[in-house]
Amino acid sequence: MEQQTLIDYTLHLADNALVLGHRNSEWTGHGPILEQDIALSNIALDLIGQARNFYQYAARLSNEGGSWGTRAVATGGGVVAAGVTGGGGVEVTEDTLAYLRDSWDYRNCLLVEQDNGDWAKTILRLFFFSAYQYYFYQSLQQSRDRELAAIAEKSFKEVSYHLRWSSEWVIRLGDGTEESHRRMKEALDQLWKFSGELFVPADYEKVLAEKGIAVDLMAIRPQWEERVDVVFRQAGLTKPAAAWGQTGGKQGRHTEHLGYLLAEMQFLQRAYPGCEW
Amino acid sequence: MENQNTESRSSWPLWEIFIRSKQGLDHKHVGSLHAVDAAMAIENARDVYTRRMEGISIWVVESKYVHASNPDEAASFYDPANDKVYRHPTFYQLPDELTHM
Repeated sequence: MEQQTLIDYTLHLADNALVLGHRNSEWTGHGPILEQDIALSNIALDLIGQARNFYQYAARLSNEGGSWGTRAVATGGGVVAAGVTGGGGVEVTEDTLAYLRDSWDYRNCLLVEQDNGDWAKTILRLFFFSAYQYYFYQSLQQSRDRELAAIAEKSFKEVSYHLRWSSEWVIRLGDGTEESHRRMKEALDQLWKFSGELFVPADYEKVLAEKGIAVDLMAIRPQWEERVDVVFRQAGLTKPAAAWGQTGGKQGRHTEHLGYLLAEMQFLQRAYPGCEW
Repeated sequence: MENQNTESRSSWPLWEIFIRSKQGLDHKHVGSLHAVDAAMAIENARDVYTRRMEGISIWVVESKYVHASNPDEAASFYDPANDKVYRHPTFYQLPDELTHM
């Protein structure tokens, strides 16, 4: 069912952006220096803005008919049975999708949900993902789904800056002091096993890629690898040899970290459904 | 010397930021911020001072390269211009059609 596949795919893109946006926003007020605090907060806002665009589209598709979650949830207006709408259900909005789905319904990659750690880990996570999004959005602009293509076009400019900013930090830290280099290496050890999943397509990606709607991940992987090589060379870092990579996020099987993130992010809407402030 | 050392270890150098808001206008001083080098100063300025579409061009100058006039000399510097009204171009008759002068 194509409609359902498109909802799944759009939610996957939205979840990626929201979860990383939220992670980055956790630095707001805690950045190492005022100027970088603002820089990372700006990036967080860009990502949450991208997430909103995707959620709004996913909500529209869901209201036409489809499933966006597996659990019955209470909303301000009533109960949405098993997250299936279309034909008489309560209207799904971007907030429903962000605040009322559980971790098994989230389809983000494992990389973006990993905890912030230190500045080095936060920077490396952003660099890996920005490099991915850079080529991903470039390609998604050619999607046969015009809505996705339009969001990609707008987001591409933002991500170009994220990639530039995070690349420079990777180089600064990797090629910096003994301590900063050590911290980058530790971050690399912790994050590398989550980078492969970016390029392992879920079923909904395979189906839509054949139709020219989703990005062909195989096609952008070499570009990503090359970009990482270029930056790592300047940073004096070595990419670990191909190793076992952890997957499952795109299917809703997450690491322990996502649950804590959602608990904090969703608390208000869960405790006070429909609350506005 | 020791002072300088502590200073450089504990904080990044200060930069003065100039932003041009529109094509054809000049760069205006908007404030200052910290950064380790010029490239980072430009990016920081982008993130701190152009978040609300304030600019289309950024200049940065490390603050230590800005030399200022001495406030103690203000009297001899600026007061003598007080009574030189003839330096203002206000004695010309302008045609009414001429605006924006």
